[in-house]
Amino acid sequence: MKKNKKNDVSKFKKLNRRELLIGASSVGAVSLAPKSLLSQEVNPENLPPNLPEWTQYLGDGVDVNPYGMPSEFEGHVIRRNVEWLTASAESSVNFTPLQDLEGIVTPNGLCFERHHGGVSVINPQDFRLMINGLVDREMIFTLDDLKRFPQTNKFYFLECAANGGMEWRGAQLNGCQYTFGMVHNVQYTGVKLSDILLETGIKDKAKWVLAEGSDSSGMTRSIPIEKILDDCIIAWAMNGEALRPEQGYPARLVVPGWEGNMWVKWIRRLELGDKPYMTREETSKYTDLLTSGKARMFTWVMDAKSVITSPSPEKPILSKGLHQLRGLAWSGRGKIKRVDVSIDGGKNWKTAQLHSPVLSKSLTRFTLPFEWNGEELKLQSRAIDETNYVQPTIDELQKIRGVNSIYHNNSIATWLVSKNGKVDNVRLG
Amino acid sequence: MLGLAKYIVSFSLIIFLVNSTVASDRKFNLGQIATKEEVAGWDIDVRPDGLGAPIGSGTALIGEEIYTEQCAACHGDFGEGADRWPALVGGEDSLASHDPEKTTGSYWPYASTIYDYVYRAMPYGVAQSLSYDETYEIVAYLLYMSDIIEEDFVLSDKNIGEIEMPNRDGFLLPDPRPDVINTQGNPCMSNCQVSTKIIGRARDIDVTPEDDNS
Repeated sequence: MKKNKKNDVSKFKKLNRRELLIGASSVGAVSLAPKSLLSQEVNPENLPPNLPEWTQYLGDGVDVNPYGMPSEFEGHVIRRNVEWLTASAESSVNFTPLQDLEGIVTPNGLCFERHHGGVSVINPQDFRLMINGLVDREMIFTLDDLKRFPQTNKFYFLECAANGGMEWRGAQLNGCQYTFGMVHNVQYTGVKLSDILLETGIKDKAKWVLAEGSDSSGMTRSIPIEKILDDCIIAWAMNGEALRPEQGYPARLVVPGWEGNMWVKWIRRLELGDKPYMTREETSKYTDLLTSGKARMFTWVMDAKSVITSPSPEKPILSKGLHQLRGLAWSGRGKIKRVDVSIDGGKNWKTAQLHSPVLSKSLTRFTLPFEWNGEELKLQSRAIDETNYVQPTIDELQKIRGVNSIYHNNSIATWLVSKNGKVDNVRLG
Repeated sequence: MLGLAKYIVSFSLIIFLVNSTVASDRKFNLGQIATKEEVAGWDIDVRPDGLGAPIGSGTALIGEEIYTEQCAACHGDFGEGADRWPALVGGEDSLASHDPEKTTGSYWPYASTIYDYVYRAMPYGVAQSLSYDETYEIVAYLLYMSDIIEEDFVLSDKNIGEIEMPNRDGFLLPDPRPDVINTQGNPCMSNCQVSTKIIGRARDIDVTPEDDNS
């Protein structure tokens, strides 16, 4: 009883002091804190039987962050870029921190960015979608018009065709984020293009659709009309809120299962034609150069792929005993059917557990429990999709495509777990 | 008078019928009909056969000056590229080599694509600021530097669809994937014959960005 009373008094005093601090500037108090205070080192004063500060004193009230942000201790979970890859930040790419994410939904602020002329800033009142060419009626739609069409809500992964492009010739970047992070997975809200095209009508001769962005690169890609009518969407929302500016606000094209470059952001126009337009992106870029010097063109589908997100170069093993291996698998041809995991560089495989929901053309989560006793491991994962396509090794891809393809490297990666628990991206052969 | 009234009635009936026909074609009745002027302002694409090429022309002779002014800072005086900005000229016979150089001259299959891209996206950061003629002039200068046309060749909307690019036949269709050994969903599960020797480590290449947080 005595002890409790004493505690009550000291709590009251500390409370007042804390309130003063908050009154001065609670935000400043956090941001000025030395980095070491924000690190994840254990403070014994917060451990049992002691009473941690947060248990005694009031925390922030509502509206301190009108738009909530992640915990200050999650500051390392951010998009990152590789500066030497590109000439300017406005025509560049960064990477999703897959190693820090769980489940299948990529938080909006962590979806990797790829811009060709920077992020356009568009007042939604000024948004217009024009549809012209081989249609019965050339038309213009406002954002409000689009939102009045029947709505669709779908999860899809978006992967840049160059994801893993730096790894064709060998293990180059030492991170899960840098080697697999040009992919994200969100729920899109939008309108099916097949519905919008009911308004314009489609002339019989129309076989291709040119999608054009309104950004300063005027991004353009040609897409077959069959794909447009099959499952393409004009989306205005992701994960329940308006598209982020860097993802095409106020509206973008969604081309499920196909390479990210085709998902034109800040969309302004669709032109229907009888032939492909052979834009810069689909000729000089996003064509896959083979050893013969000839290049494959119109390689749209993203083949099945998987990655172990933990352990990974960013997620070393810190202790012996039980661990949960975690990873993601996806296929542009449909659902993931199975994922196998090897700990000995591909000699022996075990089938991992897939977690629901397992959706078509969406990231799928897999896990596999394993015991680690300080031995060296060569971790690999291998995805199989519902078409029975098996994720290939880099050798299998290189034999057919050489090393100059840049795009569509969906090969199996190897994470080497050393005896000290550190993890490295390595190439076997 | 009666006849005229009858005429007015039947005329309005026709208008009504026409309107309702249009309405039934449009399932949702959303959006507006685009005017010719609206479409013309945004429809800037140019196709390989020249469809969409705006009326205009230019030669490499005139193009050199505007190229030097508008493009050379990033792409070099002779299209050789500067810093990490792309080279536009050179790379002939390099596509099958270990280090292919993909330029407008060595790789791009259509001259129309150069016109389309330069007009819509260049100069970088000042998109769609070139006139049609200036764009033809710059494209002519690039084609001239790659020995595809003569210096005094007048490139125009009439002939941009006929320029023969060196790598016109360098592309393969259709997509042959899946192109790897097909194990029909039943890959090896145990004692698989694979090499597990480590032949490369990203750590040794040492090009991964440093991170304060890791």
